[in-house]
Amino acid sequence: MPRAKVKRKSTAIDMTAMCDVAFLLLTFFILSAKPKTQDPIQTTVPAATAEIALPESDFAMILVGQGKAFYSIAGPELKMETLKLMGEKYGQTFTQEELAAFANTESFGVPMNQLKQLLALPAAERSNVKQPGIPVDTTDNNELFNWVRQTRIADKAVANAELKVAIKGDSKEEYPTIAKIIKTLQKQQVNKFSLITSLKSAQK
Amino acid sequence: MAELDTSGGGKGDKKVRSKKQSTRVDLTAMVDLAFLLITFFILTTTLQKPKAMDLVMPDKDEKNNNQLPVPESRTMTILLGSNNKLEWYMGQPSNPLTAPVVEGYGKNGIRKALIDKAAEVKAASGGKEMIVLVKPSDKSTYENMVSIMDELNVVGNQSRAIVDITQAEIGLLQRDGIY
Repeated sequence: MPRAKVKRKSTAIDMTAMCDVAFLLLTFFILSAKPKTQDPIQTTVPAATAEIALPESDFAMILVGQGKAFYSIAGPELKMETLKLMGEKYGQTFTQEELAAFANTESFGVPMNQLKQLLALPAAERSNVKQPGIPVDTTDNNELFNWVRQTRIADKAVANAELKVAIKGDSKEEYPTIAKIIKTLQKQQVNKFSLITSLKSAQK
Repeated sequence: MAELDTSGGGKGDKKVRSKKQSTRVDLTAMVDLAFLLITFFILTTTLQKPKAMDLVMPDKDEKNNNQLPVPESRTMTILLGSNNKLEWYMGQPSNPLTAPVVEGYGKNGIRKALIDKAAEVKAASGGKEMIVLVKPSDKSTYENMVSIMDELNVVGNQSRAIVDITQAEIGLLQRDGIY
């Protein structure tokens, strides 16, 4: 009696659908990706129940940690415009390359007289350099004040919008450092600003 | 699956036929690659966007003198000390309406006092909100300030301000050992 033949099936699986799905997801992630930005110092942001998302444009951030202040501006156009204005203020002229380099820099924390050196470095090394922070201490050498001020002027010129300022502070940062930053902002009538927090569910 | 018939023409002709080849492409490697890239993009994307808490500071304009004095019966002062402790009292530091109390942050700490006192003030003043003055000392951390502002957000207090601490209040913190 002949044995019933089982039809041999191919072990190859049709990958077309899986491939479609994979590329669909890939496209989604590429389009929605905003690469992580490396801060020059490590900060742990305090948790709060606030749920307002940060704005994407017309936005400047002051990063505070280890007693130092760092500054970052959103958007390359605003960055370049601000640097031009800062250059005028401090009697420095920046070349096209330096402006381009600045547009690609995220947070920075160097006094104006060291900014050219920082911009001369290759982009990859910039985040590894130990940065001393932007001077905020005394009333006559408050560069952060001018940075914020010039950014506000630049934002008015570029986008005709009111600049929003946010403070991203380290949880363990002592209050006097923060108070100094707040005073700097208040000196130019910026009385409303945002504190960057991580999300915590409200304990009811 | 998409597959083309690659066999030649009719059956009859005995022409040289090229070998039948499958048009199936092995997509496994491509899928591997796609998933590898997906993984990369997932890991480099900041998934959780940072949130922001708005902070409004009182106007520090010296020229502007039309500020109203605040009634002390409606005022609660919160002093932020060291070691994640705070101290609160009603009224003025020299002559507080309630004795200063040392407490912690969060649900089990200051919140109860905030809710109770706000209700008391509301009842006594005929529906007016309690005014909260937050005075961070030099020994408090940024986290403390954020927690207390957040706490005020949670209990729904709108009349609050961050004010500079006075020497008398530092003395109070020192007396209670949190400075």
